[in-house]
Amino acid sequence: MPLPIGPVLGILSDNLRIRGSVLPLSRSEATGWARGLDIPRGGNTVLYTGLMYQLIPAIDALASQMARFEDSTIARLFGLGRVANKFINLSFFMALTASKEMKQENNQVLRNIAEMLKKAGVEFGYLYKQELYSGALVYDEGMDESFSVHARRVVNVFRENGVRCVITVDPHTTSILRDVYPEFVQDFDIDVKNYMEVLAEKNLPVMHEQNKELVIHDSCVYARYEGMIKQPRSLLANAGITVKGLELSGRSTHCCGGPIESLFPSKAHEIAANRVGQLKEKGEDIVTMCPICQVNLRKAAAGSCHISDISNTFAKAYLS
Amino acid sequence: MEKVSSKLAAKLKESEEFNAQACYHCGTCTALCPLGYKIVPRKLFREVMLGLEDKVKESIPEIYSCLLCRMCEEYCPAEVHIAENIRYLRKYINEEVFELL
Repeated sequence: MPLPIGPVLGILSDNLRIRGSVLPLSRSEATGWARGLDIPRGGNTVLYTGLMYQLIPAIDALASQMARFEDSTIARLFGLGRVANKFINLSFFMALTASKEMKQENNQVLRNIAEMLKKAGVEFGYLYKQELYSGALVYDEGMDESFSVHARRVVNVFRENGVRCVITVDPHTTSILRDVYPEFVQDFDIDVKNYMEVLAEKNLPVMHEQNKELVIHDSCVYARYEGMIKQPRSLLANAGITVKGLELSGRSTHCCGGPIESLFPSKAHEIAANRVGQLKEKGEDIVTMCPICQVNLRKAAAGSCHISDISNTFAKAYLS
Repeated sequence: MEKVSSKLAAKLKESEEFNAQACYHCGTCTALCPLGYKIVPRKLFREVMLGLEDKVKESIPEIYSCLLCRMCEEYCPAEVHIAENIRYLRKYINEEVFELL
């Protein structure tokens, strides 16, 4: 039995409307990754994290809590939970068990990306506490009214800071800004580039050739929505890394199950387990490009293989 | 006897997002779906186009468990925008069934 769809979606939508994010995130959790990197505030071009890497530990903690209710009569109380959540941030308490290790690891992904962009000579700033979540999850669930209001709020922040170009770090934020915002925000004229597109254009010098083989799990959104398949592979190839052949890859990649984790945890786990099986047949060193894919595949793999964000591999090769 | 909803049919006529008319039920989408559903999307889209709202409501779990991964769309010979159609149905259900704003 799935979790009650209406109330769960209602809570996410209410959180976005009332609190500006689908799940709560403190200022230090949102911006802590940038500490010590001396990234200027704002500017013509900004690194826009969309808070995805920072939110994933809280989303994972919440999904694990909710999975316990999947076949329980307690799930019937979610309607009441939605009413209470408008006044008391219940999702904050449910997300308190977020893993510290995952937070540190995801912060490192953002640091890797910022440091590689700097090394490539890209001039960029960051919006720090002004940065908002993109609203991708709410859009995917069809809550267009909430999404529309939020998208305008995000673009206003860009405009107030004179931002003309954003560099994104994950597939969902990239696609929502590039493909969906122009439909919802009048005169949307902000250039959206993904960090791998930027780095692939810059011919970043290799510091440490890697001479290894690995398996890529392509994100559905990068591969099929954005057609972004060549860039990660060229960055790996330049670093001496061989990508092992996999039937379901590139435009034919197989989903990790993550998009339905919050409503259908058991089904999400089944899909992730199938995918892990396909990946492991080719090798046990696997890279992902999306924080949702990473967390979902890792849970299904249960330590049986090494799954890491592709930026960690890039950092070993391109940063000294 | 199935009840036809004029509201669902009218909403679809207004919509530029829902485009399942080109579907000719070849089943490629069903064969490729990582969830292995028998119903989504071809049978569901036929029910939608016929305005069979009660049947569509029976498929709410399938509609919300679609991954929007576009594996089906990648190989659809009729180039139906399957994921966007599913998202459109979510929008309809959010408004008309769950009364979410």
